[in-house]
Amino acid sequence: MTVPASAAVWASGLRKRYRRQVAVDGVSFTVNRGEVLALLGPNGAGKTTVIKMLLGLVRPDAGEIMLLGRPGSEPGARARVGYLPELFRYQPWLTAAEVLALHVRLAGVAVPDAEQRERLGQVGLADRTDDRVGGFSKGMQQRLGLAVALVARPDLVILDEPTSALDPLGRADVRDLVLSLKERGIAVLLNSHLIGEVERVCDRVVILDKGRVAAAGTLAELLGQSELRLRLDDVGPAAQRRLAAAGQVTREGDAYVVGLPADTKPETVPDLVRDLVELGVRVHAVEPGRITLEERLLDILRTGESDGDRR
Amino acid sequence: MAALTLREAARRRVLRSLALLTVVLLGLSAWGFSRIEAEFGDFTSGESKVVASVILNLVMFGLSLIAALGSAFLAGPTLAGEAESGVALALLARPVPRFAVLLGKWLGLVGFAGGFVAVAGFAQLLIVYATIGYWPPSPFTGLVFLAAQAVALLTLGLLLSAVISPMASGITAVGLFGATWIAGVVGMVGHSLGNESVARVGTVSRVLLPTDGLWHGAMYALQDATIPAQLGPRFDAPPFLSQTGLTTAYVVWAALWTGLALMLAALAFQRRDL
Repeated sequence: MTVPASAAVWASGLRKRYRRQVAVDGVSFTVNRGEVLALLGPNGAGKTTVIKMLLGLVRPDAGEIMLLGRPGSEPGARARVGYLPELFRYQPWLTAAEVLALHVRLAGVAVPDAEQRERLGQVGLADRTDDRVGGFSKGMQQRLGLAVALVARPDLVILDEPTSALDPLGRADVRDLVLSLKERGIAVLLNSHLIGEVERVCDRVVILDKGRVAAAGTLAELLGQSELRLRLDDVGPAAQRRLAAAGQVTREGDAYVVGLPADTKPETVPDLVRDLVELGVRVHAVEPGRITLEERLLDILRTGESDGDRR
Repeated sequence: MAALTLREAARRRVLRSLALLTVVLLGLSAWGFSRIEAEFGDFTSGESKVVASVILNLVMFGLSLIAALGSAFLAGPTLAGEAESGVALALLARPVPRFAVLLGKWLGLVGFAGGFVAVAGFAQLLIVYATIGYWPPSPFTGLVFLAAQAVALLTLGLLLSAVISPMASGITAVGLFGATWIAGVVGMVGHSLGNESVARVGTVSRVLLPTDGLWHGAMYALQDATIPAQLGPRFDAPPFLSQTGLTTAYVVWAALWTGLALMLAALAFQRRDL
């Protein structure tokens, strides 16, 4: 495989074993510059371990990592990477402004004070800049963590469960933040349980299950499959065959559900209805439906199938 | 990183509680020394020098204990605690090599321990001089050895905290420190009894962990120079007087030991998964 120098993250064959437990088993994926990629999967799927391996916090047993075109083993590769850990804690004896100043110094970039304060304002901590972090609530610490991830002018931002401690308002703020990063061409790697949020902001999804990539692709690729619910009478064998030709057929009560492939043409549904009527079927209702990311995720995890794997 | 560690010490009230402890200890010793002068005014000059040396060393032992405990309990949480709480996650994801973070923490702790020994130790010497007019033969060397003892212990604490949990590392470091001190006393008893194998206990423990050896060096530098001759190899040699000074080889070993422990800590920290 060639190494695309421009990718924000390029990970190949990552493997990690904790004693006898395999946490990550041959995970490969790419985050392109300016792209928002979401890591999804159940608890213990290895999402956080993958993120920690990218950042050099956990040593992979095998595999290669490139961050913004540099080998992940070099600390310098993380110069323009912002990170909000799942376990977010900041020095309780420092003030919010001091935490940001510390991270700016560690990142080795010159960011003026005004810009640092602007970041705190962006996450809703404008009036708490000079308060000690020790007195912050969990939600405020997570907001501070977001500011820390953004403060050193990153080209790649890695957010591990960025909304776990936030109220609905905070979650909306994070969504807007991710969208604004996308607008500015900053790549985002997002790990979140909140599928609704992921669906709204991300370009591509990688679904991990038991340490492996269960499925990966753009939202259109993963969700492109839509379904058609039909309430029909007098369905003869010929009509059954016609339905099966359109897609996979399942019965739900008195309804026929036809799964349509991603590349369904606009005329497919009207053609199907016409053919059914010609075959003597009485058509009561035709309802087009769209599979949500949540349904797709559950489907992939439950059946263990990986036909959505379009890496 | 070093400055950050010092700031942590200051803000975490470690410094304040240490300062309080130190002031209490210094105050008590000042009162004690003035009582010696008042109640035992009829000592011969030789006797009073021995007494002054013993008590000075006793108080200095207290100070070194405070410095050692303080720095060991700062060293523990600084690595292991941050790794456990998650503070280290955001920090180490920055483009800084881990050994640089460790070295920074170490320098901060060394500055803290050194500063404490310098200020508190010098204050103690002044108190002794003001109350009974005793001034040790080589105060600078004594304080340097005292600081070196604290540095050796905090390096051990750092090494342990890179491998095990924060509380355990502090306790283990202090436990080892106490064990070598006792081994040192046992060794001295063995020495005065002429029992080679018992004496070797002290020697071996001093090589394994140089805190007690450095402590003996500090005592030797602070006590009156005529004391070893006065006491001779006696059975009841008190644990707060030292028979001999330190050899250059031992001082080099202690420095090497500290460097080695620091390197091991860096290696362990480098390999650690967070």
